[in-house]
Amino acid sequence: MSTTTRTTGGAIGASLDRIDGPRKVTGTAPYAYEHRVDNPLYLFPLRSEIVRGQVTGIDASAAEALPGVVVVVTHENAPQLADTGDRELAILQSGEVAFRNQYVGAVLAETFEAARHAAGLVEVSYAEEPHEAELREDGDLYTPEQLNAGFPTDTEEGDVEEAFSSAAVTLDGRYTTPMEHNNPMEPHTTVAVWKAGDLTLYESTQGAHPVQRTVAKIFGIDRNRARVVAPYVGGGFGSKGLPHANTILAALAAQMVEGRPVKFAVTRQQMFTGVGYRTPTIQKIRLGADSEGRLTAVTHDVIEQTSKIKEFAEQTAAVTRSMYATDNRRTTHRLAALDVPVPSWMRAPGEAPGMFALESAMDEMAEKCGLDPIEFRIRNEPEIDAETGLPYSSRNLVACLREGAERFGWRDRTPAPRSHQEGRWLVGNGVASATYPVFRLPGSRATIRYEGDDKYAVEFGAADVGTGAWTALTQISADAIGVGVDNIELRIGDTAFPFASVAGGSSGITAWGSAIFEAARVFRERHGDNPSEGDEVQARTPNNPETENYAMHAFGAFFVEARVDVDTCEVRVPRMTGVFAAGKIINAKTARSQFMGGMTMGLSMALHEESLVDGRFGHVINQDFAEYHIPTNADIGEMDISWIDEDDPYVNPMGSKGIGEIGIVGSAAAVANAVYNATGIRVRDLPITPDKLIQ
Amino acid sequence: MKLRLMVNGESRETEVREGESLLYVLRERLGLFGSKNACEQGECGSCSVYLDGELVCACLVLAGQAEGSEVVTVEGLSEGERLHPVQEAFLEAGAVQCGFCTPGLIVAAHDLLSRNSEPTEAEVREALAGNLCRCTGYEKILTAVQMAAETTP
Ligand code: FES
Ligand code: FES
Repeated sequence: MSTTTRTTGGAIGASLDRIDGPRKVTGTAPYAYEHRVDNPLYLFPLRSEIVRGQVTGIDASAAEALPGVVVVVTHENAPQLADTGDRELAILQSGEVAFRNQYVGAVLAETFEAARHAAGLVEVSYAEEPHEAELREDGDLYTPEQLNAGFPTDTEEGDVEEAFSSAAVTLDGRYTTPMEHNNPMEPHTTVAVWKAGDLTLYESTQGAHPVQRTVAKIFGIDRNRARVVAPYVGGGFGSKGLPHANTILAALAAQMVEGRPVKFAVTRQQMFTGVGYRTPTIQKIRLGADSEGRLTAVTHDVIEQTSKIKEFAEQTAAVTRSMYATDNRRTTHRLAALDVPVPSWMRAPGEAPGMFALESAMDEMAEKCGLDPIEFRIRNEPEIDAETGLPYSSRNLVACLREGAERFGWRDRTPAPRSHQEGRWLVGNGVASATYPVFRLPGSRATIRYEGDDKYAVEFGAADVGTGAWTALTQISADAIGVGVDNIELRIGDTAFPFASVAGGSSGITAWGSAIFEAARVFRERHGDNPSEGDEVQARTPNNPETENYAMHAFGAFFVEARVDVDTCEVRVPRMTGVFAAGKIINAKTARSQFMGGMTMGLSMALHEESLVDGRFGHVINQDFAEYHIPTNADIGEMDISWIDEDDPYVNPMGSKGIGEIGIVGSAAAVANAVYNATGIRVRDLPITPDKLIQ
Repeated sequence: MKLRLMVNGESRETEVREGESLLYVLRERLGLFGSKNACEQGECGSCSVYLDGELVCACLVLAGQAEGSEVVTVEGLSEGERLHPVQEAFLEAGAVQCGFCTPGLIVAAHDLLSRNSEPTEAEVREALAGNLCRCTGYEKILTAVQMAAETTP
């Protein structure tokens, strides 16, 4: 019998140190590659040297003769997959090549260097076909049936053309965002082993169960015979949200060496093909306003790319459907299907590129209307969510803008562009709004078990990709069950536990936390306050009926000071302020880090990140950290992060809204707007590199 | 060929194949997975270790170059259960997210503090500019190093 006194909450909201921290600072947390396995083989992939065509011959004799090489896997000897419907994942099933650097084989060897050496000795010949690997506005475009996350492709309300013709002020802008690669610090990694028809994957993933379901289907085995283990994951930012071909390659190769674990960590260079990326976008935005600065018309038309072998349609303009009030609005998405790898999720897919364009346009329009950009946004604050017609469960954008203006010292800004110089530096300030929807993925099931000795086990397959889930879920469990955090034994990151949805769309805490609350409620109902050892319940994330009544979104505002060298046009950002309204913050320490990390990635998007494709050869040419730039410690200035207390009783039992992505939504626009204020030059094409500022 | 070296105070001997890096040997041959491989070409600092007292990217050191050397990795900084003040500070400041950059940063910060016990903010940012982190935004890493500077004896 338990004699624990039940607490009445208090764990949620505490600034608890990261539970997984001690293992991470001592280097003992096992990431995917680091689980102790016996007698492993190492995999090095063979990748196509053409963009499109057929493999016509493979000579692996030199490779096979190398000491330590066990097998060279190609489409000629690879096992057949049970399901080849997903052409991104159906690798080595034919000689067809659909993009440059696609997997055409792999070497398995006793050591990594032997595998790499041997891979270089395999001769592959090809029949090449013409290809198209670069996004062009004037290329062939089509209309996808729907967008990522089920958003409609196009929307139209009111009479846009009529509204433009009678608008007092209009703006017509074209904005582009480049291809970007997620580049979590831990490369995509799989250790695969088959034993008597059972597959085990030690996997670097944002969702152990989603991977389990995919591989079970592809290899034609019962779900229970595939186990995916992922207790520690070195970041993902969306690229590990879905399994990619590297996972299938490792599992497929492992089938040929039954019983021996196959280790495959994608190299940094290989991270630039086949593990997803942010599609490049070309966005046209038109805004019309009356003489008071109220928006009368908004259009947002997007062109972006997908792969010929599988569609990914990013919801770039979806955010424009509800961000500001207007009676006349149109949004459209058109895709170019190219001979390229499949684009996928990268932190805030849709919102991040879309809000760069919209929030840049809003800044331009504010100036045209003669209004302060904060005032302009406040004037266009909607009463309800235009997309659903529902009121917001809470919408505190205006509070974020006001609070941020105060903290940042917005009143000291000189509104005229290029009006403030300090020595060599042109100084400017910019602002932009942020938003992100509250997604609630269904299906997660949490087990709560009383294990005696005042300990409650809470189990499901949820992944912590660095977000702080280990810690936040422990806090939520403590409050849900009514005990202290020390009484909770959390077990996650393994399909041996009940199903958990993917750590994506900032949905984890909403989906998983709701399941925990539900399980705790049922547990008390069945077992009361004094359970016996072994008492256990399992419960599912319940539906939230309030989603029928309210639109649910988080909001925020960014303020940026940019300094541009008057000669070299180098851009520095000495300070950034971010204020968020994202419901209840579960853990201040880990949350701050999430917001800051998002803003830093927004700064990175603004100034650095761009994957450059050579259309002739179809690959990213700047495929490493020497050439694909992300900020280092010395690039970051002062970051002021805060949030306003928001009490939203509708979103979920915790009152939380999800915080993993909002930091990158709009922050790049705030930088561009600050650079404009500093220099008078409006950069509409990311990233803002010095060449775009030199006049 | 055979390689002999001291790792975290213990003498170790292992077989290596030509082309293998010190990082590979530490991880795959000696089972010390603390040092990470995130780029394998000296750009990210995740593999930072001490080689004969000097901070190096283990991915850029050929295993053979470490013959007879003394190597200290992140695993060698704590004393049993007792964390080193730098590790303690990273925890407390909230400088860790996914943790993949963390071991390299801790070794690099340890090195900085051994050379400069009271680094300024700019010195910390510059000294750690070779360690990439994709998660945290760096600020808490800065805080951690400053906290560690106060507590390191
Ligand atoms: S792995 Fe050695 S510097 Fe990146
Ligand atoms: S904590 Fe994830 S890379 Fe630094």
